[in-house]
Amino acid sequence: MSWSSLEQFRAKSDRNVLRMQAEKKAGRKVVGQYCIYTPMELVLACGAIPVSLCGTKNDSIAKAETVLPRSLCPLIKSSFGFALEDSCPYLAASDLVVCDTTCDGKKKMFELLARRKPVYVLELPQRQDAEALVFWQKQLELFKGKLEETFKVNISDDALWQAIDVSRRFRAALQKVLDLGKRKPSPLTGLELLEIAFRASFMPVYEERISELESIASEIGAAQAAENTGRAPRILLTGVPTGLGSHKVIKILEESGASVVCIDNCSCYKKVRPIPSEQHDPLALLVRHSLAIPCAVMSPNPNRYETVAELAREFSVDAVCDLTWQGCQTYDVESYSLRDFVQNTLSLPFLQIVTDYAESDVEQLRIRIQAFLEILS
Amino acid sequence: MPLRFAIGIDAGSAQTKAVLLDSISLALLAKASLPTGWNPKASAEAVLAKLWQGFGEAQACSIVATGYGRVAIPFADKNITEISCHAKGAVHCFPTARLVIDIGGQDSKVISLAEGGAVRDFLMNDKCAAGTGRFVESVARLLGLHIAEFCALASGGEACAITSMCAVFAETEIIGLLAQGAKPGAIAQGVLASIARRMQGLAARLPGTGDCVFSGGLAQSPVCAERLAQELGCPVLVPEYPQFTGALGAALEAARLAKEKNA
Ligand code: SF4
Ligand code: SF4
Repeated sequence: MSWSSLEQFRAKSDRNVLRMQAEKKAGRKVVGQYCIYTPMELVLACGAIPVSLCGTKNDSIAKAETVLPRSLCPLIKSSFGFALEDSCPYLAASDLVVCDTTCDGKKKMFELLARRKPVYVLELPQRQDAEALVFWQKQLELFKGKLEETFKVNISDDALWQAIDVSRRFRAALQKVLDLGKRKPSPLTGLELLEIAFRASFMPVYEERISELESIASEIGAAQAAENTGRAPRILLTGVPTGLGSHKVIKILEESGASVVCIDNCSCYKKVRPIPSEQHDPLALLVRHSLAIPCAVMSPNPNRYETVAELAREFSVDAVCDLTWQGCQTYDVESYSLRDFVQNTLSLPFLQIVTDYAESDVEQLRIRIQAFLEILS
Repeated sequence: MPLRFAIGIDAGSAQTKAVLLDSISLALLAKASLPTGWNPKASAEAVLAKLWQGFGEAQACSIVATGYGRVAIPFADKNITEISCHAKGAVHCFPTARLVIDIGGQDSKVISLAEGGAVRDFLMNDKCAAGTGRFVESVARLLGLHIAEFCALASGGEACAITSMCAVFAETEIIGLLAQGAKPGAIAQGVLASIARRMQGLAARLPGTGDCVFSGGLAQSPVCAERLAQELGCPVLVPEYPQFTGALGAALEAARLAKEKNA
């Protein structure tokens, strides 16, 4: 199915790099970030453009392996490879690179990255309790100070509220698009959902992002639904981040006849978590909102199960597929508990896939995935 | 004319196997296998020709393909994965089966079955050769033996502990053991025990217990089945032709298709 709003969005987002460079020439600053725990609202509030630097391409991995151990997660290697090759325009444009201390591999990679880039380490706690909130509040205050000092601005509460407003509207617009997957059948494939979230995340002008997403949601939302044959099993994909270049598993799932209706990771549905409406203290609001992100780097990570249960229900899925990058210990270990929860509490079939960005195991993955889909039919 | 014949082809990485069933009585009419060449389609055609040898010429039939080469067999009516096929084949031989352990040439798998024989969950080891038939083959070759001779050697006495979890390192370890004067029989014991332990490790991750069926070429060796039973701590059932379990499952699915067409 072809949608004119989607075509227009693709054409616009093809120029993301050029747009960002133009903005930069016009004097705007760029802040690269490797993780969504970094509240992009803070970056927006200081007038800079937040961009995601997570590597999603296999091409840069070989270069990274000249320095990093091969056994490391491909996301870390890919990200670092771009820095070594100096081949990522977003990293090249970044005036500041924020690095959250998420997992051990990333933490140590950032030490090496700091040799080439102006790195700011944001110390993320590993728990989400009251003490952790106090700690995280302090870290974000320091980060705010760093932004103010680096870019010679003062981030007022008003500026923060404005940024929060933009962020809320962006989240709502993206959610409208991703929620199209709730329909039966979903009018968008999982690959399209991923592509839209991915491309949108690189659009430097937020108002444009929002209006583009709005128009996709309204065009597709208004279209007559296709007949629901119910033949394609509806899959909730959860786990590690994915992007264009690291979409292999979604592709195989859909080539094998499944429909990936929701992607619960920080490249997709985790991005839409709404910011609660509250008018007290904007920074404290961001502190609470960001720390609650259900990522496996947290221990324990109770929100993950709640989220998976909620999404499984709302998107009426037939099964859950948990994607783990090879070398990602947090998601790999957590998969055991998630399997238990999905199979025994949600009574849904569960498949964990451990892989990397390379194409070498595609045929083996195809067997696993097809066998899993055969169980569902 | 009703379709009387059902064929399952298992295009594996090392061998292409085929089974011919009477689609109504499900009686086994013929089976054949050949080494898989570089072209799975040609190997499948050759195996089919062999399968029909006793019948004068090929008859109308329904065909289901499985195995690595399953998508490369254009004349199959359908293809399904070896997970489903091994489960179907194992349940056909042993209706009480709740677990299937298959050690193939290129991978190994553990399949957990629900009551009634439906696949409930499965785990595959396809990343590392150490838990596969290929590993046994390479160690046997190291000792200048065929797989069957190698397995037979493992029938008693002491076992060397093989601790490497990777096929390449295990080979190095074995060369070291040989240099220290270890007996081939003890090495064979050690190799089979290490594979059995790996399979036990996979099986332990799956829910449920019950009758366990052992399929794949290695299951032809009683010693191997015995080692596996020891590691699992439960009896292990071996089909009459364990290496044909996947092809049999595919043939059963073909018989189901034939019945659908006949109806
Ligand atoms: S997976 Fe977790 S740690 Fe990694 S980028 Fe996403 S939110 Fe951050
Ligand atoms: S996928 Fe896992 S190992 Fe890789 S960067 Fe994220 S948390 Fe770290």
